[in-house]
Amino acid sequence: MDLQTAAQINSFLAAFVLLTAFGMLVQKRIYSLIHLFTWQGLFLSVNTAIVGYVAGRHHLYISSILTLSLKVILLPYILHALIVRLKIRKEVETVVNIPMTMLIGIALVIFSYYLTAPVREISTLITRSTLAVALATVMIGLLMMITRKHAVTQIIGFLAMENGLFFAATSATYGMPLVVELGVALDILIAAFIFGIFFFHIHTTFDSLDVEHMARLKEED
Amino acid sequence: MNMSGIIIETLQVVLLIGLAPAFTGWVRMLKCWSQGRTSASLFQPYRDLAKLFSKDVVLAENASWIFRFTPYLIFGTVVLAGGIIPMLSTDLPLSPTADVIVLVALFAIARFFTALAGMDIGTAFGGMGSSREMMIASLAEPAMLMAIFTVSLTNKSTSLARIVEVIFSGQSVLKPSLAFAFLAFVLIVLTETGRVPVDNPATHLELTMIHEAMILEYSGRHLALIEWAAMMKLFVFMALGAALFAPWGIASANTPQTIPMAFVYLLLKIGASGVVLVLIETGLAKMRLFRLTEFLGSAFLMATLGMLSFFILE
Amino acid sequence: MVVTPIDMASASIILLLVMVVGVALLRNRQNLLIQTSFSLSAAASLLSAVAGAWTVGSGRTEKMILMIGLPDLPFHLRLDPLAGFFLSVVGLLAFFVSVYSIGYVKGFLGRRSVTRLIVFYCLFIAGMFMVILADDALFFLISWEAMAAASYFLVMFEDENAENRRAAFLYMVVAHVGAVAILLSFGVMAGLAAGFDNFSGFTFDAMRQARFPVEWATVAFLLAFFGFAAKAGVVPLHVWLPEAHPVAPSNVSALMSGVMLKTAIYGIIRVTFDIIKIFPWWWGSIVLTLGLVSAVMGVLYAMMEGDIKRLLAYSSVENIGIIMVGIGLAMIFSSFKMPVLAALSLTASLYHVMNHAMFKGILFMGAGAVLHATHERNMEEMGGLIHRMPWTAVLFLVGCISISALPPFNGFVSEWLTFQAFLLSPSLPIPLMKLLMPLGAALLALTGALAAATFVKAFGVTFLGHWRGSRRTHIREVDWTMRSGMTLAALACLFLGIMPAFFIDWMDILAEQLVGAKLSVSATAGGWMWLTPVAPERASYSGIIVFFGVLIVYGIVYFILHVNPGKIHRGPIWDCGFGKLTNRMQYNAASFSMPIRRIFGFLFKIKEEVSLAPQSAHPAFPKKLHYHLKVRDRFWNWIYKPVAEASFWFSRKVGMLQQGRIQTYLIYSFVTIIVLLLFVK
Repeated sequence: MDLQTAAQINSFLAAFVLLTAFGMLVQKRIYSLIHLFTWQGLFLSVNTAIVGYVAGRHHLYISSILTLSLKVILLPYILHALIVRLKIRKEVETVVNIPMTMLIGIALVIFSYYLTAPVREISTLITRSTLAVALATVMIGLLMMITRKHAVTQIIGFLAMENGLFFAATSATYGMPLVVELGVALDILIAAFIFGIFFFHIHTTFDSLDVEHMARLKEED
Repeated sequence: MNMSGIIIETLQVVLLIGLAPAFTGWVRMLKCWSQGRTSASLFQPYRDLAKLFSKDVVLAENASWIFRFTPYLIFGTVVLAGGIIPMLSTDLPLSPTADVIVLVALFAIARFFTALAGMDIGTAFGGMGSSREMMIASLAEPAMLMAIFTVSLTNKSTSLARIVEVIFSGQSVLKPSLAFAFLAFVLIVLTETGRVPVDNPATHLELTMIHEAMILEYSGRHLALIEWAAMMKLFVFMALGAALFAPWGIASANTPQTIPMAFVYLLLKIGASGVVLVLIETGLAKMRLFRLTEFLGSAFLMATLGMLSFFILE
Repeated sequence: MVVTPIDMASASIILLLVMVVGVALLRNRQNLLIQTSFSLSAAASLLSAVAGAWTVGSGRTEKMILMIGLPDLPFHLRLDPLAGFFLSVVGLLAFFVSVYSIGYVKGFLGRRSVTRLIVFYCLFIAGMFMVILADDALFFLISWEAMAAASYFLVMFEDENAENRRAAFLYMVVAHVGAVAILLSFGVMAGLAAGFDNFSGFTFDAMRQARFPVEWATVAFLLAFFGFAAKAGVVPLHVWLPEAHPVAPSNVSALMSGVMLKTAIYGIIRVTFDIIKIFPWWWGSIVLTLGLVSAVMGVLYAMMEGDIKRLLAYSSVENIGIIMVGIGLAMIFSSFKMPVLAALSLTASLYHVMNHAMFKGILFMGAGAVLHATHERNMEEMGGLIHRMPWTAVLFLVGCISISALPPFNGFVSEWLTFQAFLLSPSLPIPLMKLLMPLGAALLALTGALAAATFVKAFGVTFLGHWRGSRRTHIREVDWTMRSGMTLAALACLFLGIMPAFFIDWMDILAEQLVGAKLSVSATAGGWMWLTPVAPERASYSGIIVFFGVLIVYGIVYFILHVNPGKIHRGPIWDCGFGKLTNRMQYNAASFSMPIRRIFGFLFKIKEEVSLAPQSAHPAFPKKLHYHLKVRDRFWNWIYKPVAEASFWFSRKVGMLQQGRIQTYLIYSFVTIIVLLLFVK
């Protein structure tokens, strides 16, 4: 596999990551949301493996396998189990209407392109052009957390943000040191468990996972 | 202007007029199979058309000339569009008449008159159909233009013949931007041709009708022309998709060797596109009217992502 | 002696001004007055149109100095191709409208005297010609004010309605705020051109020679743009348009909307491309952004309207927006030294100037014909007019197709050229702009499609279906003068649509002089039938083939089907077996726009009330239902109300100075003198 092909596959995968990020932003059904998240993880893992091969950084293989097992298998499974346990079958409600969310998302992509333009100028890595996509993925994850009311979608937004960061690290500097990556992976795992425990508590307290109910927790004046 | 060009041009228009009902029959057959029903024959649409042509016309008392003018106009615009799109060959005398934007506008004028015809009689259904059709069209238009923009970025042209030639010359290999533009184009085609998640060509259920509501008052040869034009429109959009995204097989010179091959390729591509269409239609349910903003919003999003990924990734 | 274009133009202005004075002679014979005065104004307008077309064709520039006006400040006149182009647009539409007016103004006979209408009509046209010919700030502003004042009185023509007086007042206020800004802009430029202590900088020639520092040029541009935008009706300065245009007599609305707004466009082009010449790219992006906002907002407001003339007025806001988009693109391309693309954008924009004049002319004339026949402006009360007024219906339809940017008529050509300019924007050197420009093109596409929806509604509700009104008036087709005025404009629409290469060749000199590149070499490279803006392989369009192609297929199909035609049975409308359909069951203007109102509702202030009254036995079967809908401009509350309240507050404060005692006033004067003396010490 020569550099040219690798760069092309890389940009295709970046496009797919962006597409899944947007898909999650606009998807209303919670199962499809998890499926999209799984796909995003898969694209990420493949991308990491390819970058590792091209750049000759073999620790990226480990990252890739880690991503695969964690984000494609384990976390979706946990989320799935949660949904089954908590009997969530409704469509996810959004705060802002969906076409508006899309337009904000597009604006974020343009903004991240604008922000990363200087890096594109100086970097020589083949993956440099995907940095804008990575940054956009982070921002879209955050936007998703803002526009959704449901706690499960918020954690998916959070995980999508992490995906974006991971992607940024791979495309900007060919990945973080392995120790850091292992640490982050552990953090994600623990975060997912903590979120899971919180869901149960929120659910038993409010009989719902709509985070708007948490407004009731403030002190009355 | 050469003789062979004119011959191919005529051939192409005749093909369009002749094959469009068969394509619709093919789609209906596939749909029946996919849903486990027994299908009518491939040639059923021809029989339907023949029946309609032989019937007398019943016109409402207050139908004006617009109502009678519209079927012919729609037929005319679609046939002209069929003469412009390179289906068999890029060397068509009519090809420089219109680029993709003009082509879209040609369909827009047919839609404009259909909507007027819907309002001409003064029934509630007609007005409802017109109002909805124009709303949907106005949301589809930005997405369509953005998809065209994305395609023209790669090919540096909006002229169809040129786009086909550029893809042949290998200057544009598979690119994310074109993939996005293709996805957007699929959604737009479903909208423009009134297929399932947007409109249902097989229903006359009052709350969901859009295109059928506008033409509810038509009968006899007028209805036949409109139906035929709708079939050709579906065919033309499939051919347009083939020219923009998969032009392989289209002849760049009109020689006796290339044209039959181009014809075979055309049949294969159109047949395959029918399969894709049926898969989409079977997999999706008709959307509520106001969910369409999200559907067409997604089309716009895809097209815009295509444009953005051209600049960001390529 | 050789007659030159500028002689013809001045002769036409003199003729119009003589009529302003001479109308009084015939004021007791109104019928004759209408016939002679409008025939003469038609002749004068045609003369100017010919002069303008000739100038553009020959590409020559002529000047003239009139020794009138203030001492040492003579009036300068100049007829260059840019002025010639606008002169021909204004003259041509004024010619069509004058022919139309012969029949239209007769509708006022017996109700009121039309003398005042004719006086100000002539002054109005003369004012527009003078604005275009003016070559110094003084004469320009005098003409500008004459035009504004004349149109003010025309809006006020039916002054017994409070609505008309209010609209005219609003128009006057906006026009004057704009005029002050233009005056200040000329002041800045004149001062920089020749110093602030003499008057020699007041001619445009002096300003052209000057080199402005960029910050002062920006001040001058922003002031001029504000002033001209107020006249053109760019959002958010558009609020006067939907008030003033509907209440003016329809021939005047046609001129105001069709060409008076274009004088403001002329002003913008004159100031930026001819006088300032060198400017940073962000000026263009301001113009482009405001143009896009105007286009989208204008068409959405038009969609919501139920009053046919208000609908047309809002649609003018939209079209001015499209023109501004072209100018903005031209400015951006020109500041990045891309003359061919700038020429393309500018040509698109100027072509739209011409097109909009023609189709908006037909549409306002058609609305006037409907008003003349039915005495009704509310579309909810119309319907089925195609049977009673077949000619007007066809001509109005041509206007609707053209304005909706559908081939093969003219609106499409300019919109297509603008799209082509947008498609070439990726060659701009700034990365962010490459990404943002396509979104502008998408907005323009949205505008075009919404315009089509709007005009399906306008034509469908007015001319198709059944008569919706409660009272059945006797409706007749309008007379031949009105029809021929509209027919001429419709023919112009068709020719501009199918022969674009010919017209672009003719007006190419403008782009060459203003942005330094010709388009005709590439635009007409494929012969007169094909329009190829940049290169034949980039994009091409042939309106004439589209037109005749569709007609030929139409003819063949019609012929085949009518060799042995089946019978046509006429029958009542199918009512689904539920008893007779009534006229109230049709879709009307409010219901047609409902889906779009729902989607874009957040942009408007919508008040919707449904009341079921009186309550019947079962809530599912109400006996009577009242539906009240009010859609308002949000800009009114955002911008105008605060400004109006602030100015009222301020005038109340100032009003406290007023005591009514003569001694107090003397003290004011005395204090003023003391302060002034201190300053000049």
